[in-house]
Amino acid sequence: MADTAHRTPRALDLKYQPGFTSVAMLCFFVLYAPIAVLVFFSFNANRSVTRWTEFSLDWYVRALANEGIQNAAVTSLEVAVFATVFATSIATAAALATTRVARYRGMTAAYTVINMPLMVPEIVTAVATLSFFALLRTTLGINFGLGNVMIAHTVFCIPFAYLPIRARLENMDLTLEQAAADLYATPWRTFRRVTLPLLVPGVIAGAMLAFIISLDDVIITMMVAGPGQTTLPIYILGQIRRGVTPEVNAVSTILLAVSILFVTLFFLLGRRRT
Amino acid sequence: MTKVFGGGTDVVRALDGVSLGIQENEFFTLLGPSGCGKTTLLRLIAGFEQPSGGEILLDGASLTHLPPFRRPVNTVFQSYALFPHMTVIDNIAFGLEMRGLSKTETADHVAEMLDLVKLSDLGKRKPGQLSGGQQQRVALARALANHPRVLLLDEPLSALDLKLRKEMQIELKRIHRDTGITFIFVTHDQGEALTMSDRIAVMNAGHVLQVGSPTEIYEHPTSHFVADFIGETNFLEGEVVARDGASAKVRLSSGVERQASAPKDAAAAGRVSLAIRPERVTLSQSRQTGALNGRVETMVYFGTDTNYHLRLEDGRAFMVRLQNHEGAQAPFATGDEVAVEIADHALQVLRD
Ligand SMILES: Nc1ncnc2c1ncn2[C@@H]1O[C@H](COP(=O)(O)OP(=O)(O)O)[C@@H](O)[C@H]1O
Ligand SMILES: [Mg+2]
Repeated sequence: MADTAHRTPRALDLKYQPGFTSVAMLCFFVLYAPIAVLVFFSFNANRSVTRWTEFSLDWYVRALANEGIQNAAVTSLEVAVFATVFATSIATAAALATTRVARYRGMTAAYTVINMPLMVPEIVTAVATLSFFALLRTTLGINFGLGNVMIAHTVFCIPFAYLPIRARLENMDLTLEQAAADLYATPWRTFRRVTLPLLVPGVIAGAMLAFIISLDDVIITMMVAGPGQTTLPIYILGQIRRGVTPEVNAVSTILLAVSILFVTLFFLLGRRRT
Repeated sequence: MTKVFGGGTDVVRALDGVSLGIQENEFFTLLGPSGCGKTTLLRLIAGFEQPSGGEILLDGASLTHLPPFRRPVNTVFQSYALFPHMTVIDNIAFGLEMRGLSKTETADHVAEMLDLVKLSDLGKRKPGQLSGGQQQRVALARALANHPRVLLLDEPLSALDLKLRKEMQIELKRIHRDTGITFIFVTHDQGEALTMSDRIAVMNAGHVLQVGSPTEIYEHPTSHFVADFIGETNFLEGEVVARDGASAKVRLSSGVERQASAPKDAAAAGRVSLAIRPERVTLSQSRQTGALNGRVETMVYFGTDTNYHLRLEDGRAFMVRLQNHEGAQAPFATGDEVAVEIADHALQVLRD
């Protein structure tokens, strides 16, 4: 940052164009004002989410004591952890198979197929997943319960985990692996000692993305989840149907805090590794 | 050995029927312009590529189908390819560990290597904290630690500045002498090849044109390309009038006849191309009948030598290099009419 500022003449630097600061501020305002309002009213003593009376942590106490919320939080975490672990592993394998090998016929096709789900409207994926599990149940009598949700989440998280891992691999010098092979490392040991350690920041970024995407999902979960398999976003949605209370604000704020915590944690971890 | 890349209409013959024999303990250099197939040949020996045809033998046993990690050959990569997440010590120890040496043996070897490349103080650093020259030494130590039968070096000095490059050339020669390992060294720098090598293979467009000691390559280039690529050369036309093994009597266009060196497979009679180095001729004042006569067009002073750029009577350019002597006046001046005197055996007959 400091470097580019030094090298770019002021006249060409976007930062010094007239109105730059106001436009930037407006963007930040639109992005964060609603969230700030939500967080603000979660500390309201009153039942209203629009009229402030005084500061209180009551809604947090009530939310944390609420068994429905507790169960939903546990379900969300179970699903997200499962989906993150499997989606990231599969995405890592896919990224290696589409970058670390000699070009083969169908490599571009493989790349496109892996990324396609990002382009498919989520409602389509949701309906398809629902039909798929319904078919499994009616024809084969298979129903994994919460496992259905976990599998569905794993699947739609794969392309999200794939992107940062692939980006990292593409920036990695292939001669490093050749050097390892040259120094008597078998392909497996080359992977363990050279490829994987250098890939870690990409894997962390991929896992982080998968985790947040899973934690946040509503549409697919709503279609696939059976009774009693309520995740946190689904629970919040249910509550809102009966009117927005500061309790919902409090739960949302907790969810937000967890997300920020994870992002920060992964970011710091990733930075230390590189 | 043949190596073809690509398929269909988009075929590159990176190596086209190359055959080489390299001696134990030799400092062998592959020299040629960029894109002539040097790296490809090295990668075939290391095992990163499979040949389209041909075989690689080490002590009579074929390496051709062994994967790189089973070949007793190590590489110093052009980009160094040091593992960025490991310290210098771990980088050097990598190959030893993979070969299953004990911790103490590994530590001993690493210490010995650090000493050999004079980096004993920097063992705990990561490659990112080293200068280019230091990284180069680590790459060398990492490859040498395994005492390979053959060390492959792909333009290892090309990223260094001139002064460091000269130092590393001397270092490499010392290390070659101390370790007794066979070096296959790749460069596109003819000066580097001449100063360092026991033997040189000059390559162009996937072919090896000539293999020989630096003196042979410099004094007796057998082809137009080699004569032109290495050092400075004048080309003349002549006619072979008699042939006797490695020497031939040639008649120049001026009519003079001289003994010249000739490659075995050069034409035994008829018109041939001749090469002559600018320092192998002398000049004399004023024209002479039967000599190569010309006029001095420019003079370039180099301290030890002066280059005289002549225009011959037939319109060709010709360069002569004369050594400067202390305190002496330059013997010729721009515009002087001169005769080029060629001694027997200064001319080289070319194949093409
Ligand atoms: N993997 C490859 N695919 C296609 N062509 C290649 C490949 N590697 C090298 N070549 C081609 O082979 C020729 C020789 O390349 P290289 O061995 O790298 O030359 P040098 O090292 O002498 O500069 C070049 O024309 C290059 O473009
Ligand atoms: Mg090369």
